[in-house]
Parts: sequence; C-alpha cells; structure tokens
Amino acid sequence: MPYLFEKEDHAALREQVRRFAAKEIAPFAHAWEEAEEFPRELYGKAAAAGLLGLGHPEALGGTGGDLSHVLVASEELVLAGHSVGTCVGLGSLGIALPPILRLGNDEQKRRFVTPVLRGEKISALAITEPGGGSDVASLTTRAVRDGDHFVVNGAKTFITSGVRADFVTTAVRTGGPKHSGISLLVIERTTPGFHVSKKLKKMGWWASDTAELTFEDCRVPAANLIGEENEGFVAIMMNFVAERLALATQCVAIAELAFRQSLAYARERQAFDKPLTGFQVTRHKLAEMQTRIAAARALTGEVITRYLAGDEQPSLAAMAKNVATDMCSAVTDQAVQLHGGFGYMREQMVERLYRDARLYPIGGGTREIMNELIAKAEGY
Amino acid sequence: MLFTEEHQKLRATVARFIDEEINPHVDAWEEAEIFPARELFKKMGALGLLGITKPTEHGGAGLDYSYSVAFAEELGHCNCGAIPMAIGVQTDMATPALARYGSEELKREFLAPTIQGELVASVGVSEPGAGSDVAGLKTTAVKDGGDYVINGSKMWITNGMQSDWICLLANTSDDKPHVNKSLIVVPMKARGVSRAKKLKKIGMWASDTAQLFFDNVRVPQRYLIGEEGAGFMMQMQQFQEERLFGSASTLKALDRAVQQTIDYTRERQAFGLSILDNQSVHFRLAELQSDIEALRALVYRTCEMYIANPDDMETVKLASMCKLKAGRLSRVVTDACLQYWGGMGYTWDNPVSRNFRDSRLISIGGGADEVMLGIICKLMGILPRKKKTS
Repeated sequence: MPYLFEKEDHAALREQVRRFAAKEIAPFAHAWEEAEEFPRELYGKAAAAGLLGLGHPEALGGTGGDLSHVLVASEELVLAGHSVGTCVGLGSLGIALPPILRLGNDEQKRRFVTPVLRGEKISALAITEPGGGSDVASLTTRAVRDGDHFVVNGAKTFITSGVRADFVTTAVRTGGPKHSGISLLVIERTTPGFHVSKKLKKMGWWASDTAELTFEDCRVPAANLIGEENEGFVAIMMNFVAERLALATQCVAIAELAFRQSLAYARERQAFDKPLTGFQVTRHKLAEMQTRIAAARALTGEVITRYLAGDEQPSLAAMAKNVATDMCSAVTDQAVQLHGGFGYMREQMVERLYRDARLYPIGGGTREIMNELIAKAEGY
Repeated sequence: MLFTEEHQKLRATVARFIDEEINPHVDAWEEAEIFPARELFKKMGALGLLGITKPTEHGGAGLDYSYSVAFAEELGHCNCGAIPMAIGVQTDMATPALARYGSEELKREFLAPTIQGELVASVGVSEPGAGSDVAGLKTTAVKDGGDYVINGSKMWITNGMQSDWICLLANTSDDKPHVNKSLIVVPMKARGVSRAKKLKKIGMWASDTAQLFFDNVRVPQRYLIGEEGAGFMMQMQQFQEERLFGSASTLKALDRAVQQTIDYTRERQAFGLSILDNQSVHFRLAELQSDIEALRALVYRTCEMYIANPDDMETVKLASMCKLKAGRLSRVVTDACLQYWGGMGYTWDNPVSRNFRDSRLISIGGGADEVMLGIICKLMGILPRKKKTS
C-alpha cells in the first residue's frame, strides 16, 4: 500500500525499482549474502537505473526527488531484492554524502558527490570509534593542522562499505573536548596512512562490508574539510532524523518481506493433516505480525510526512526508529518460529532476515540512546 | 533439590574437562562447522561422563537423573551451545530408549560402546515433511526375511555427519499413526545410508547437522528397540530426557551471558559513566537473573518429579513447561544482553552474539514451543476434542 504522501511519480518509481531489484539483485541475493560481498559493478547499474541519484540535485548528477523517493525506493529494493546487505551497502551514500551536500563547497561536491551518484566511487561515513559508539561527542580521532594539511591519527569502527570505500566522510577532533571540537574531513583511501585494518564479521548484513579503519599520520588536504572547522557535530546531527527514518523504513520492509515469506510457507506447509494456516494460533500470529508492521509503518509515514513539510520531529523520529526496529525483531523472530526447523537453516530467507534485523536496535543510535533523546526532548 | 558433595565433584570434573578439552578449541570448531566427536567422546567416556544415568552393567554409573541435570547444567560452561547439544544427543536423547527397552544383546553392541565414547550416536525423528508433527513421518521399515528394509529421509540430525548409529523412528505398519511406529538402531555404515547434506544454520555451528537418506537399507530385525509398534510411545518418553537435559543446559549458558554483560558494561564508559551504572541497565540485568533462577527452580523441581516417577503425566507436563520456558527465556536474555554490547554485540566473534544465535534453536529443536504448548494444553485438559471428520 502506498504511503499517503506518495504521488504518481512514486508509483512509477516503485515499479522501476521493483523491476531493477528483481532482475539485478534477487537472483543473486543468497549467493552474495553467503559470499559476504556484492559485485562492485552493481553501483554502476544502480546509478544507470537512476537509483543512486535519488534525492540528489540533477546539477550534481542526481535524479532529483526528495527523501520520500529515497525511502520508497529503499522499501521496494528490500522487498523485491531480498538482500538487506546489498541494499544497505548500496545505500551507504545516504549517510556519507549529506554533510558534503549541506556544508561542502562546489568543488567538494563536484569531486565527491558526482562520482558517487554515477556509481564510479563508493562512499562511507565514519563516526563510531572502538572506544565509543553512542557517545559521539567523546570521539578521539585527532586531526592536527599542518600547513595545507590535517594530520589524522586514530581509528573508526563499524563502518558500512568502509572496506571498499574510495573516500570516507570522517568525524575528527580538531579542537577541544566535547561537541565543539569536532570537524568533518573527507579522507580518500589513497591517502598514505589510511588503512582498512579489519573487515569485520558480523551477525547479519553479510553482503555489506563493514570495516575497522585506522589513520596513521594520515595527511589529508585542508581542502577536504567539510564546512567550518570545529562545526562538524551539527552537520552530523542534522542528518540524524533522515537516517532514522531510513532505518525505520528498512525495518518495515524487512518485516514485510519476512511476513510474506511466512504467509506463503504457512499456507504451503502441512502439519497434523492441514496447512499451518489451518491453526488458529498461526492465523492470529500472522495477524499480529501484520498489525505491528502496519503500526510501525503508520508512525514512520507520519514522521516522513512531517519531515517533508519542514516539520522535523527528532523525538518522534527516535520513537519511530524504536517502534520499527523492535517490531522488525519481533516479526522476524516469529517468522523463524513459523518456519520451524527450516527457519534455523541458512537456506531460508527468514533465517537471514532475523540476523539482519538484530542490527537495527543497535545501529544508527541504539534503542537506549533513542530513549535518552526522547526523554531529553520531552523535558523529563 | 539439594545437591550433594558427589554432585559437586561431578560438576568440578565437567568444568575442568571443558576448560582443558573443549573451550580452547571452540572457536576453531565453530569455524569448521563440525567438531571431532569421536575423539572428544572417547575422552569423556574414559571419565565416565557419557553414561551417568545408564545401567552399570553396560558401563554406566547408574546414578539418578539429578546427576544428569547437574552434568547438563555444568555443560553451560562451554563457550558455545553446539557442544553441549552434541553431547546431550549422545547421552540423553539417542540412548534413553535403548537403555530402557533394548535387548541385552543390542545394549552390548550399541549402548556400551556409546557410553565408552567408542561410537557416536544420533537420533532420527524429524523429516523434511514432518517436524513437530512426529506422527506424520513417512520413513518406513518393512520386514523382509530376517531384516527390516528402511526407506525415507531424516532432517536436522545432530551429529549426523559423523555418527556411527542412529536411533531411528520409522513406520513399521499401516496402522494408526501412534501405534505403527518403531525405534530401530541403524548403523550409519549400512549400505544405502547417505549423509546427503551438512546443513548450514543460524547458530550451533560447531555441531554438524545432517540431512540423511535411507535407500533400501537392510538391518537385522534384532536391531528393533523394545516392541514393534511402541516406537511413538518410547520416543515420547525419550523426549522427556531430551527436554529436561536441554532445559538444564541453558541455565549456565544464560548465567554466562548475564555475567559477561555485567563485566563488559562495568568496564565500558559512555557519557562519563559506565554503561552498567545506568539504572535501566542494572535493573534489567537483575530482572534477567531473577528469571533465570525461576527457570532453574522449575528444572530442579521437574527433575525431582522425574526421579520419583518418570512416566507420570504431571512430570511430562512439567518437562514440557521447562522446555517452553527455557526456549523463550533464552531468546529474551541473550537479546537483552547483546543490546548492551552495542556494535560489539553485532560482531560475529562476540560471545553473546554466539549465545544469541545458538539459543534461538531451543524454541525450535526437540519439539517447538508450539508443540510444548499443545502437550501442556492436553495435560491440562483444555485441548478441544477432535471433531470426527466424515
């Protein structure tokens, strides 16, 4: 069912993404997830299909549209592509580019944004560090000015697409402690001292690579500073609402996919001489799954609608993220349960979706951080 | 249930064995998605750990089930769920019926060497088309001369890639589903047995899981356990030990998840204080530990009832409740703990991440939660009577 904010062009977009994902992703979804990688060429194909450019100005090589188009496309990509890892890998530009688009100069946009939208370069965002995940203001990666360069030392972890990224939008400390000492630097992988120290193995999102990065006297041109020195924290914060909506949307899509798989299986599978749907508890379980999906989708849709109207609701966005992520964990858990022994086996899509889902209450600000934020915003 | 000094000695032996012979290898076995069952079981057999409740005349220790519960609980000290499960199949899932109903000859041939760890055992109930619906299984064993000729397939067989024999549930007649089944010992080297596929799973990686095919497999009729047609009943009895054992083995695994999380969150700092110092975190951990203790109490109580009267329906009901609650609580505890590790919790090699993946099986294997609920309903007398289908 389309969101209420959708217009005619969204329907066409859904159809186009569905076709792309069914042809270019779904047939390989299982293999890519098992291989823990999808082919780099997919970026080019997605760009050619206009998917990477969504929500970005045409002047920079984008295909136009706004956040609503990005989210609708990502929903279809998951539903028809069947590979969460591939979708989030392709989508890392959604967090890497916004600071450059918001605060970068024309030269930076030309150098960094355009090649990514064309699918020629891969981008990543690096904020989290081994010593501090949720506590962004305490980050310790240091960048010291030295003539026309910043000399960067430190480490970042859990960086989506970081293993293959051509550049990384990186939060560094250029000033004093806490929020006011943080800047954003674009660090290119060819910079001496830039190391992918580890490709991390994780529970889910297998097709998407996740890196630990280290910077050893990494000399980054001062021309790669995004916005003003020591004003990076705000740029990071400015994208949080959109990121949380993106995560909530993914959760809704993953849960919907798990539900569809479960329904098909429950209709097919016979036990005690009838299909699983012949049991009341199965039907009620399916009904509850669908109800929770609908509720999370409704809240997510409302926050998106408000966001599009210029009414950013950080607290409501945090609530939407928590509702959607917890819903997704519960629904994929039930999907595994409905599949019985098959649900525990790696050939089943729901097994993978269950592992994929576990990331969402952690990534993009944990559930607990969302609760802190809500409490603070609501003043209690 | 009060444990004696003898129980404590057994626990100490098991803990030491795990420290020396299991935990140092767990990471490698997880990676390999199999472990050297024969080698490990021989060592355990030498220590007398594989026949705790089995009769002494076949090499067992002849102890009551409280020792099996102590053993299973202590196995939670393993850094994974796979090895306790594989051991449990050998000691409390594939062998109870053989020990209770098997002929002397059959016990000498299969039970004694299994207790010694010379033979590795599997139990074959589930099929691709029949998991929870045990009565609906399709594998047949047809008499021919002095043999049974077996045809069919079995699914999700723990130890199945390396076991020497399987305690197989098969249809031996066309009679009603609950009286047409028999348990038969099938040597895995018999002609026509094929280990078709090592199955890949969410968790329990160090334990091999197989899909097996039986194509005109001939075994002598003396390999029948107990009476023909009594297989369903015997398997239901055998399930009691499986469920009690499985529930007991979750207890220390869950303690471990909570303790590891306490240690980590005490160390880890964010926003100027340790994660553990957040009230929502330490309250939650206290709640989880309380739930684990409640499960422990239920397991101990059920164990006492099992010792007093294993076939009493009240015992069956309680054992099913243990399994249901163990599965549900394992999901809750490992999920809640994992959350407090943040991004670290999502990485593959994290101990709680492994526990989370392993634990998900408990609500599915050995009779899914839904099957437990069905049994509990039946024994509470609240299951609607089946309508006559015309």
